[in-house]
Amino acid sequence: MASIRLAVPDTATAGEIVEIKALIRHPMESGHRRGSRGEVIERDIITRFECHYADEQVFAADFHPGIAANPLLTFYVRAAQPGELRFEWTDQNGQNWSETATLNVT
Amino acid sequence: MMRKSQRHLNRRDLLAFGAGSVLIASSPLRSFASQAELEQARRELFGDRPVTEGRVSLTLPPIAENGFSVPLSVEVDSPMTDRDFVKRVAILSPRNPLPLIAQYHFTPQSGRAKVDARIRMSGTQSIQAIAEMSDGSLWSGSQETVVTLAACVVL
Repeated sequence: MASIRLAVPDTATAGEIVEIKALIRHPMESGHRRGSRGEVIERDIITRFECHYADEQVFAADFHPGIAANPLLTFYVRAAQPGELRFEWTDQNGQNWSETATLNVT
Repeated sequence: MMRKSQRHLNRRDLLAFGAGSVLIASSPLRSFASQAELEQARRELFGDRPVTEGRVSLTLPPIAENGFSVPLSVEVDSPMTDRDFVKRVAILSPRNPLPLIAQYHFTPQSGRAKVDARIRMSGTQSIQAIAEMSDGSLWSGSQETVVTLAACVVL
């Protein structure tokens, strides 16, 4: 259901601060809207995003209904050693989606 | 005679039903947050510690045509070293149905305390960002945005 798009640089020099973009397709239904027949559309949101670099959490975000649909985040990570970047999203029911990318540090 | 009065009643019922449904449709699910609710959300997150204005730069467009998706950029002035870094940044709204929009957690490995995101805004308001540093001090920044099409008006 959810599709993920990442923008991570292929290579970085040690100590360089790299920009990362992470997007997941998700309606982020706020729970404040009503459907065409006046019925309440139930809340369905992603509540947590985490970025792990070499198995250590380097950045995280808590989302609330005020975050727009298809949440896109741009954030930064300091490149230290070559390693794997793991991105993980978790919704309000505990369902999660993850994706990895490799950062080559020279 | 009987038929006539019934028709009359029906039209009244219909009018009453029509007026009632307009009322239901126009009443929001929740009342909008206020400055007081923003203050309460701030207290829940950070307690009663003092907040100093500065070090946090919040960038939003001066006019947002569509409240469903407004680009937001927040950056905190910090060296981001192991001894001095930004722990978290909370984005708060005085007018959305819920005052807390998002919270971002940083580490020294973040390198730079900057995040770009897209938020929902239910009307013209001044969005506030509060940053907590590793020494426990709190800093804030805000930005006013005029919203021409609010996220909660158009369903």
